[in-house]
Amino acid sequence: MVELVVYGIVLGSIIALGAIGLSLVYGIVRFANFAHGEFMTLGAYFALFVVSILLPWIGFPDSRFGPLSFGWRMVIAFPLAMAFVAFIAILFDRILYKKLRAKKSGAVILAMASLGASFIARMSILIIWGADYVFFRPGVMRPALYLPLGIKIRPDEIVIFFTAIFLVILLHLFLKKTKMGKAMRATADNTDLALVTGIDTEHIIIWTWAIGGALAAAGGILYGIDVQLHPGMGWAFLIPIFAATILGTIGNIYGALVGGFVIGIAQQVSTAFLPPTYKLAVAFMIMVLILLVRPQGLFGKE
Amino acid sequence: MMILEMKNITAGYTPEVDILHDVSISVNKGDIVSIIGPNGAGKSTLLKSIFGLLKPKKGKVLLRDKDITGLKPNRIAQKGVSYVPQVNNVFPSLTILENLEMGAFIRKDDYSKQMSDIFELFPVLKERKDDKAGHLSGGQRQMVAMGRALMLNPELLLLDEPSAGLAPIFVSSIFEKIREINATGVTIIIVEQNAREALKMSCHGYVLAMGKNVLDDEGKALLVNEEVGQLYLGG
Repeated sequence: MVELVVYGIVLGSIIALGAIGLSLVYGIVRFANFAHGEFMTLGAYFALFVVSILLPWIGFPDSRFGPLSFGWRMVIAFPLAMAFVAFIAILFDRILYKKLRAKKSGAVILAMASLGASFIARMSILIIWGADYVFFRPGVMRPALYLPLGIKIRPDEIVIFFTAIFLVILLHLFLKKTKMGKAMRATADNTDLALVTGIDTEHIIIWTWAIGGALAAAGGILYGIDVQLHPGMGWAFLIPIFAATILGTIGNIYGALVGGFVIGIAQQVSTAFLPPTYKLAVAFMIMVLILLVRPQGLFGKE
Repeated sequence: MMILEMKNITAGYTPEVDILHDVSISVNKGDIVSIIGPNGAGKSTLLKSIFGLLKPKKGKVLLRDKDITGLKPNRIAQKGVSYVPQVNNVFPSLTILENLEMGAFIRKDDYSKQMSDIFELFPVLKERKDDKAGHLSGGQRQMVAMGRALMLNPELLLLDEPSAGLAPIFVSSIFEKIREINATGVTIIIVEQNAREALKMSCHGYVLAMGKNVLDDEGKALLVNEEVGQLYLGG
């Protein structure tokens, strides 16, 4: 049981990276971005491209860090993939959502447009990479560490957790300490007043997409390291990240972090009682329950 | 010297309905000018049309003789105009200090002097600078909102109903603060329900009704004008 909770925390940290970005985008651009899961997939596959094609092609040597399944190639691929997805997220905004905003389209229209964008992104990956499950590094043994309390964990998973936490702390510092971060919070608070104050809210929206996309990419790569890559992986994450976002109050990034852990742990612990294929249903059930009982989420006001 | 001129503005929120009909005002540098009139006269709409929150259908807004009609609010802010909306005029989840910093968002220079001036004007803001603006009372929020607007070091300040919803003890102190702000050289256009108080400190006043100019005169003259007295100052 303790072991399932530990797995849940690892999964939760990945869900949280997706949920935080989704929440941030919702708070500032004000619609539910159904293409957020695809940002995770795109990040993972771009990292795969860098690790397995680009870096070998330029002759960058392969390496592994001690007991971990990855090495320097992944260290290079990670930020590149975050930047790539940040760029894609901004691109989606410029060619799609910005035009709809200019027409004063409602949140539902924007959400449906993002659903279309998610299909395009997913099918593009499918066309380029095929439908197979793939690994960043196939055929490598990944022995688990045996910790006290009967906890069995792979070294990769410890790194995954701390990478996610590190990114969340970076985001926290950005939002609290930098001028741009404060302007993002101000815009989320009151877009009209931000505009009146002289803040160029379109500029803030670009930053929001970049951060949301980059965090989702990180989540996708970490999941790829932990489990495997598949063109549908991000789509499958959509329900957990929506559940985490709603649970933690939409627009509240700290709530999304808590929500991510709750959903991750609930999903993993459920496998003690239910077949693992019901994991998604567990996330969905929590989402439905929250919407029925406390639609404003854990941290929302009445 | 004229700082702002509004020429024959017609504006409304929907294509069919006009709120302002052919309204003109002009404001001299250094003055306080008040816009008074009954509810629904279009007073707030007038401020929004100046600040680019509403694009006029006809007419021109000139700032220092330059056409600013239809510019976006952030562009108008860059030209030295600040606006304090009547409601939702603070960032509730930001601290007082962060609210003020946001006011200076577009400033590239050192604004620490401005900040200390504002803390001198509103000492309570300094005491509570790390509190979230959403936790403040109405009067203190109004101070944050004005402080936020002043951080830009504006030449022209637009105030929409600064005394609305305040406890009576705050009302006179807010008007006192507006006088102090004006004394530092800031031109002020104020929209007020509390017409008597507003006119007392105004160089000039405009009376609006049904979205049209009805009357304009010196503030003191409007105070003793019988028609204005009966209609808008409560006899």
